[in-house]
Amino acid sequence: MMGFELKRRAAPSRLMKVLCPVQAIALTILIGLGIFAALGQDPLRAFYHFFIAPVSTANGVSELLLKASPLCLIGLGLAISYRANVWNIGAEGQMYLGGIFATGIAIHFQQSWGAATLPAMVIAGAVGGMLWASLTAVCRAQLHANEILVSLMLTYVANLLIKYLVFGPWQDPNANNFPLTVNFDDNALFPLLASFGWDWLEGTRLNVSIFITLVAIPLAWFFAERTFPGFQLMVGGLAPAAARYAGYSDKRAVWIAMLIGGAAAGLAGVSEVAGPIGQLNDRWAPQYGFTAIIVATLARLHPLGVPLAALLMALLYLGGETVQIELQLPQAISFVFQGLLLMFLLGSEVLVHYRIRRTRTAARASVPAAV
Amino acid sequence: MNFSVTPLVASALAAAIPLVIAALGELVTERSGVLNLGLEGLMLMGALASFVAVAHGGGLAVSLLCGVLAGVAGALVFAVIAITLQGNQVATGLSLTILGTGVSAFAGRQYVGFRAPTAFSDWPIPVLGKLPIVGPFFSMNALGYFAVVALFLISAFLYRTRSGLELRSVGESPSVARSLGLHVTRTRYLATLFGGGMAGLAGCYYAVAQFKMWQDGLTSGNGWIALALVVFASWRPPRVALGALLFGGVSALGLWLQTVGIPVSTFALASLPYLATVVVLVTISADQQALRRYAPASLGKPFFDGD
Amino acid sequence: MKAETPPADGAAAAVSAQGDGPPLLRLSGIAKSYAAVRALDGVDLEVRAGETHAVLGENGAGKSTLMKVIYGAVQPDAGTIEWEGVPVSITAPTEARLRGIAMVFQHFALFESSTVVENVALALPEKVALKKLAERIADVSARYGLPVNPYQYVHRLSVGERQRVEIVRCLLQTPRLLIMDEPTSVLTPQAVDQLFETLRRLAAEGTAIVYVSHKLEEIRRLCDRATIIRQGKVVGHTDPRRETEGRLAELMIGRTFPHTQRRPKSEGAIALEVVGLDVPADGPFGKPLKSISFRLHAGEVLGIAGISGNGQAELLAALLGTTLSPSDAIFLTGVPVGHIGAARRRAAGLAFVPEERLGVGAVPELSLVQNALLTAYQRGMVRHGLIRRSDAAGYAERCIKDYDVRCAGPLAPAGSLSGGNLQKFIVGREIGQAPRVLVLGQPTWGVDVAATALIRQRIIDMAADGIGVLVVSEDLGEILEICDRVAVLAGGRLSPVRDVHATNAEEIGRWMAGGFPEKSDQAEAAA
Repeated sequence: MMGFELKRRAAPSRLMKVLCPVQAIALTILIGLGIFAALGQDPLRAFYHFFIAPVSTANGVSELLLKASPLCLIGLGLAISYRANVWNIGAEGQMYLGGIFATGIAIHFQQSWGAATLPAMVIAGAVGGMLWASLTAVCRAQLHANEILVSLMLTYVANLLIKYLVFGPWQDPNANNFPLTVNFDDNALFPLLASFGWDWLEGTRLNVSIFITLVAIPLAWFFAERTFPGFQLMVGGLAPAAARYAGYSDKRAVWIAMLIGGAAAGLAGVSEVAGPIGQLNDRWAPQYGFTAIIVATLARLHPLGVPLAALLMALLYLGGETVQIELQLPQAISFVFQGLLLMFLLGSEVLVHYRIRRTRTAARASVPAAV
Repeated sequence: MNFSVTPLVASALAAAIPLVIAALGELVTERSGVLNLGLEGLMLMGALASFVAVAHGGGLAVSLLCGVLAGVAGALVFAVIAITLQGNQVATGLSLTILGTGVSAFAGRQYVGFRAPTAFSDWPIPVLGKLPIVGPFFSMNALGYFAVVALFLISAFLYRTRSGLELRSVGESPSVARSLGLHVTRTRYLATLFGGGMAGLAGCYYAVAQFKMWQDGLTSGNGWIALALVVFASWRPPRVALGALLFGGVSALGLWLQTVGIPVSTFALASLPYLATVVVLVTISADQQALRRYAPASLGKPFFDGD
Repeated sequence: MKAETPPADGAAAAVSAQGDGPPLLRLSGIAKSYAAVRALDGVDLEVRAGETHAVLGENGAGKSTLMKVIYGAVQPDAGTIEWEGVPVSITAPTEARLRGIAMVFQHFALFESSTVVENVALALPEKVALKKLAERIADVSARYGLPVNPYQYVHRLSVGERQRVEIVRCLLQTPRLLIMDEPTSVLTPQAVDQLFETLRRLAAEGTAIVYVSHKLEEIRRLCDRATIIRQGKVVGHTDPRRETEGRLAELMIGRTFPHTQRRPKSEGAIALEVVGLDVPADGPFGKPLKSISFRLHAGEVLGIAGISGNGQAELLAALLGTTLSPSDAIFLTGVPVGHIGAARRRAAGLAFVPEERLGVGAVPELSLVQNALLTAYQRGMVRHGLIRRSDAAGYAERCIKDYDVRCAGPLAPAGSLSGGNLQKFIVGREIGQAPRVLVLGQPTWGVDVAATALIRQRIIDMAADGIGVLVVSEDLGEILEICDRVAVLAGGRLSPVRDVHATNAEEIGRWMAGGFPEKSDQAEAAA
């Protein structure tokens, strides 16, 4: 067709496994520069505003970490899930439920429970995410329905649930009919890191919830690489028939994967509502649940790669916000970059298993034997 | 109580038409063994392209063309990655959705709130169009009639033509097809591009026939519902129409309940189509045997079409 | 080593084309490599019109690849192909068909969800009305004794019937050269006779037949010439009727054919008992099992013969535990296990070698150490949910050593091993779990001769050690070689169990076609 063909490699290329994400990032940046140029912007200036400027201040770094933390948390959960071939696409909705449950505790008990409020919220958040995820788990494990569509549909429902609550029963009575809850007070908020006296963090929004993420990283790695259930999930993803042959329960794998993903997303939800947002409102739709899909894929589903991928994707978010302010470009441009990055990633995966060769001329009459 | 069912049927039909178009396209794609989860993104790109076309003075035919081309372009990108480069089809489809959503939000920013200067209008068939209950079926716009025609043509194509047989065979077993000398890659590309074009057309419907103005998230998840429809229809065209009408009915139900005076929360109503999708998926998946019999056996699996 | 032979006489009478003019097909110096593996290395082959030419070699020798080159499905890296003396290049199966080369595949190239006539239509280059095609199919099938119903859906056909469809499909193109790739593994002995009749008729009409097989007895019955291939190279051309089986076997594998050492049968307690087992069909194209009953004793090898598609997959799934049954249908050393899953059956003393290696018995992307962990996890390598990697590695290394597994080490991915070596590893892994009952499905399918001999010997040794071994196999020769008792699975029903010495290939062949008495009329043979 085109003069090139794919030839299968004898064994997957270790080099390419590492190079693929790098290639994809490079290609995305290249195309990105082209997009900026096409939009009439100076590409290098736009590149600076997108990638460099956002992290050139302490505040910028703090904002980067603030976004990277939930992305990393959800990404860890999804990486484990996708390794098991359980395609949880509804992490965004599970995150919303985490936020909802945490909010429920906050607005009803923040006065009476004092210092115990926040820990209760964290637990509630994880529970909320797991609960929402278990709906999908039931549909897939017990009822054999496709988890991609179910988890996605439930995301739309979760979004509507938030709207219902903040327009209705949980609406702040003093809010002039705006769809939001009361602000959380200090008992229900994660303390800012700046409040611990590190002056380079002064004025930043980075909070204690980042420690949840930091703990989750080694835990996720350990589960995936060193435990037998982690091994079982991986086998189920690579070769489901082999997992059945070995006696591994497919249902159990689905539940474990979904619950881990749901808990992670729920915790990310708490870290948002009890963090930078400080309440529940109907504008909260950061799409972290979807971006985390890219985070997990960029990290090639490896728990140790997830934090790096999360930082990069957080940078894309920040970049979008920055160019919106500085260059009046729509913020949606960061989703364009995300989509491009994911596509280039998936496209370059092929080089792990195949190499590219030029096709030999089509109709050759005969080739002399190599005697 | 004074209520007429006909408006309910009309709204159900209006909601069903784009679903039928998108689902038929995806059905053809999936019959060749390719799972394209990027429908939502393709529909949005088609919606944007066709809206921009009319916003800049183009006629309806031009807007249709733009919608289809946008869908085909997106599907081409997907096809290169998922078919030639054998990227994971689920992830590639998701990335297409993210990309398409991003592109349409990004490029559509300047058109938010803009109203379409021209739009599709209904072409009622005399007499038949005025009948109670079934009248709306004879009073659709151009895309509606197209959907009906497409239903028949695609059925005939799949089951009565040699190319349709080849398509179904490629979907059942690309390796067997290849050893018989059938062109697996070419068939899958054509099926995928066709699906993309239909998705773009469905997007055009939302922009220029239904809403007639641009806003973010125009398709509100209907691309996903179209995917569920294909499963519900067991990959057979006639049931696509049935399923789409049912969905349309569920969406229209909300408005109908309000007109009848039953107080239901708007949010509960808005969640009906999504919950209905879940219920439908669960119901249809309960009979695993039947599902395996009808699902194209190679659906979603990468295939190396080489030596 | 070329043995010159005089023109053939006897069976193929009308082969007048032999001896004059260029051969119909000549391959010279054909080479093909896949990554690092030399599948074919300078292969020469000559086939004349009307000749029945065997291509003989063991599993993995390169026979299938060579056929794909002739058929155009694979392009050689080097070498020439001459058709009627003219050099040609065959770049696609459609081209091969145009020249008159037809191939009946070992794994049928049929679409199950379509009818016979639709399947045939897909293989024909020109577009043809289905009705006319159905008539032509009926014609050909009558002429050559291959009854098929053109409007039947392929998924309803038995394996033997499917092969007939394949052959009819080829014959409709009036081929000059017909390639048969391992055709008899799916046929009862009686059906093999019928096939040979058809082939002789074709040869008499001047069609050249290339018969690919590793079954020596059949090649000597049917073929006039044989080209022997070993590890991608031609090691000889000969007339198979003038050689002994032993000599052909030697040529095929390069040394004397290993024989398994039998030992006297000892009988212990009942290790595995199946009582009145009913299993629904495995998917829309499967075969349900009806009232299966048998007993496996410790210390014996019980064989279940039969062509694939008669309920073997269902029986194996029910025994393994991936399909659950009533608790009183299956007993493992007297304990009811029908209702419990595979993991707990393993804990109760069951080990299992599945029919498929890659993707079931082993995960190709994972290392041998990880594949050891796959099923041997109850052998101390998992504690409190954590993996003890050194224990798993040790287990894998023992398997590799004890079963002569040629590989790049225990960390090599399972997918990098040859079929025979991977099968040895899997068998070793299962036997290493010291089970009470070992079940094997098609244990030496696609496995080279040396590995086959090792595996069969180990099966016999296991039984001698007091394990109950159940072998489900399509290969009747294998069953007769290593089993003490045998039953036949046909159409989802199990025949009575016979002592191997009390029956023969012919009777078993009849039973494979379903001709055995109902079990309820007979008392189960004692002990």
